[in-house]
Amino acid sequence: MPPNTVQRQRVLVLYLRHSGLESQVIGWSHYDGTGQTVPMAGDSDTPPYKTGVDALLDGWRLFQVSPLVAHASGDEFRTDYLKYEFFFEQWVTVEKT
Amino acid sequence: MSAIKLTTMQMAHFAARGFVRLDVTIPDAINQRFLNDIGTLSPEPTHIRAQYRQLMHSSVIPLVDAGTPLAKAYPKDSAVAQMLQVPEVSGAIESLVGATPVVDHHFLHVALPATASDPNTPRRSQHTHQDSTIDPRQAFDVQLFYFPHAVTAEMGGTRFIPGSHFRVVSEAAIGRYQNILGQKHVVCPAGTVFLFHMGLWHGAGLNQSEQVRTLFKIRLCPTQKQERLWDTQEMTPGPNPRPIFWTDGTRDTTQLETTLMTPEPWFEADTGRLEYLNRIRFWRYITGDDTYDADYWLTRVENEFV
Repeated sequence: MPPNTVQRQRVLVLYLRHSGLESQVIGWSHYDGTGQTVPMAGDSDTPPYKTGVDALLDGWRLFQVSPLVAHASGDEFRTDYLKYEFFFEQWVTVEKT
Repeated sequence: MSAIKLTTMQMAHFAARGFVRLDVTIPDAINQRFLNDIGTLSPEPTHIRAQYRQLMHSSVIPLVDAGTPLAKAYPKDSAVAQMLQVPEVSGAIESLVGATPVVDHHFLHVALPATASDPNTPRRSQHTHQDSTIDPRQAFDVQLFYFPHAVTAEMGGTRFIPGSHFRVVSEAAIGRYQNILGQKHVVCPAGTVFLFHMGLWHGAGLNQSEQVRTLFKIRLCPTQKQERLWDTQEMTPGPNPRPIFWTDGTRDTTQLETTLMTPEPWFEADTGRLEYLNRIRFWRYITGDDTYDADYWLTRVENEFV
């Protein structure tokens, strides 16, 4: 790593249509540890990638996947949080401030 | 002025998507009077909490105890009361929560432009959330959103997720969902009114214009079972159940079931089907018909032999 630089994390969260990474992106969030961008709710109506695999192809590293959880008895039909959440990261070298 | 109730198709839209939009409903005179009455903001860049303190002290919007009947909440000659008496508005309220709803709370939401915002506080949109708290009831409250002036895209009008209203979540727990496929942003002429199902996911956008954006919200609760309160005259059943999956590809958009069975772009492959069940159960509730089904979705899972 060059002198006077540090590494910072960028995080991409994708919500997919089913548990497979090849499925369509239906929700997305960004967090930028470099401070170079300020992502926020409602800042884009177009997904950054069509599928989760497309994010991998663009260099994002997958580090967390939501587990598949059995539906509790009596609660099988309730809908709540988005089920298929995938966390990706990139490490970016930036100048030390 | 007699109320203009919602039609069956408007109710089906509300059941499926969680909102009703009443376009250019409120006369300009009422909009202008409301804007004149709501109080003043500091012209200097100030923290939003200080702006609200000043607004609350200078506004004629009354303090209303939670649970106050709507009919007694606002002075009869006030702009808010006049807005609520517009036939399309009073009819929509009556269609959804009956003739004697009570006020849960109201709030004047303002979104400041950069020039009036505290320069030391980062400017952001509001996180996506569901109002109030976890609420798994079948009975439902509505949130009336009154936009007294035109809202442009730059003004960051309310963002909302059609079809999210049956999701049982805990308020800001969904705050990390920044963007959802099919999300909408309110852009409207002055005098537009929306009525949201209480569960609809939403959040305020960032105001990037040079003007203050204003929205008045009233949450209304029913005092009766919400059964057949709308104009049910057009409730003519179409062919139902219809063929599913193997179909001829035609869609009759005038048919109730077509609206109830239309997915949102963000629906997951599996839980999108559960949303169909939610909509059918909601339709059973508001019609009082426990046998209603659309395209066999509930009949299939109720076909039990004990």
